[in-house]
Amino acid sequence: MEERETIIGLEIHCQLDTRSKMFCGCSTDFRDDEPNTHTCPVCLGLPGSMPMVNKRAIEFALKVAKALNCAINEESEFSRKNYFYPDLDKAYQITQYDKPLAEWGKLLIDGDNGEREIRITRIHLEEDPGRSVHMGTTDRGKYTLIDYNRAGIPLIEIVTEPDLRSPKEARKFLNKLRATLEYLNVFDSEKEGSLRVDANISLKGSERVEVKNISSYKGVEKALTFEVTRQRNLIRRGQRIARETRHFVEARGVTTSSRSKEEENDYRYFPEPDLLPLRVASWVDAIDLPELPDARRERFVSQYGISSEHAKTLTGGLKLAEFYEAVAPADPALAATWTADYLLGELNYRDFTIEAMPRELFKELITLVKGDAITDKSAVEILRIILDAVKEGKEPERPQAIVDRLGLAKSSGDQVTQMIDEVIVEQPAAVADYYAGKMQALNFLVGQVMKKCRGRADPGHLNILLKEKLDKKV
Amino acid sequence: MVTAEDVRKVAKLADVGIDDSEITEFTRQCSGVLEYFEILDTLDQSKQLIRERYNILREDEVTPSLSQEESLQNAGQTEKGFFKAPRVM
Repeated sequence: MEERETIIGLEIHCQLDTRSKMFCGCSTDFRDDEPNTHTCPVCLGLPGSMPMVNKRAIEFALKVAKALNCAINEESEFSRKNYFYPDLDKAYQITQYDKPLAEWGKLLIDGDNGEREIRITRIHLEEDPGRSVHMGTTDRGKYTLIDYNRAGIPLIEIVTEPDLRSPKEARKFLNKLRATLEYLNVFDSEKEGSLRVDANISLKGSERVEVKNISSYKGVEKALTFEVTRQRNLIRRGQRIARETRHFVEARGVTTSSRSKEEENDYRYFPEPDLLPLRVASWVDAIDLPELPDARRERFVSQYGISSEHAKTLTGGLKLAEFYEAVAPADPALAATWTADYLLGELNYRDFTIEAMPRELFKELITLVKGDAITDKSAVEILRIILDAVKEGKEPERPQAIVDRLGLAKSSGDQVTQMIDEVIVEQPAAVADYYAGKMQALNFLVGQVMKKCRGRADPGHLNILLKEKLDKKV
Repeated sequence: MVTAEDVRKVAKLADVGIDDSEITEFTRQCSGVLEYFEILDTLDQSKQLIRERYNILREDEVTPSLSQEESLQNAGQTEKGFFKAPRVM
């Protein structure tokens, strides 16, 4: 049976990195603080308190709207979305409903079949609810603790059209969106929960399922892949897919039905009577957008002469791109290879971000590789020693110091020649095999020289030298 | 025209407990409110509503928050600096 097309649309919530909250002056810098120490009558929803819109939140949202090629609505306004949940102290969330800030944008991604334009339905502003912690183990003993420090943090919700065709495309879209938001300097991707995703997913011709609670952007591909498989299996067994909301359980990598009541979706929206409309469409003209990921990628190719593939990887995050530009002077091509092909893997393995790698040390390492002072193998070893030191909270050694301490300096030409001569004398049987036409004997001899110099020579180069030497003797 | 069913649904959405003996009275009152709005609907609306005020904004400046004690002082139950609520999920 032909596989049905997968249709995915995303709703992304992104915390804007303002100093104060969306509608009050409480500080947004709460992550290391005690619960309920960043609240006031406004964000606690106390009677008589009045919200007032944070100007910078509007400016940040407009920046995003401009970068995503949206049309800014001449007039937009806030609405109340009513529902009961303990994390929502007012029993309504101030959001935008029928008059969002911006609509009809687009973002280019590198899709499954080449470059594709993903349409953005709308971008609107709203406030984050509080954070709830679910406690208790037995059913009777269960209760919920609530911290309103997060309540009122400015959010933008970005909604896409159902244009994504695979979980992988959804991940690519999010990576591109995240990079764009970083470049715009409106959000801090390092902060936990700063980007949260809900996804709508269906197989063509079937009902749509909403997957909520994907708290990390990395979880998106996993959650959606699980859903595609689950829905395909249901269809294969001749069952119908129920239109429902499911929750992603990150720890188990599965989605579970959340049996939400029909009433929950009746939010009784109405215009927020405490706030006046926004007329900010004209502000976008004054916004100067910084260089965005696509432009930076093109510049990396032309300025540093690196491959488009490397440039794409290196511009995938703002801090990564800045790291590359800081280390590129050592040697643009080597810096690109060593950052994209080696460093990122080593960082990922240790759950590190690019900031874990001291730029000066990396530059020094590139310079050693460039000067042919160490082999690639030794360079990887040095990289690991540095990152392991960082992981243990120690001051990492300089690459040259590691080379000296471990004797990793590449063997000089004279030393190598001498070792080759020694091996030829020590291994007469292998030499005879080589002359008898057994090519694997050459590999064995290369291995012997490598052993002698403890890996401090380049095997490809050794191969050539050995061959020259042996062939000359005939 | 508001029905008893409408009143029950709205009460449930608003999490307001009303018992059956009150339904008739609330149905009558809700109908009365809507009838009043029907009168407003008869007004000439051909002229666009002109709102002269918009963009009432504040600068992104941090102002002092309440202390944890102040924040929690009206709460029925608290634990370790958190508001405590019946279980949800």
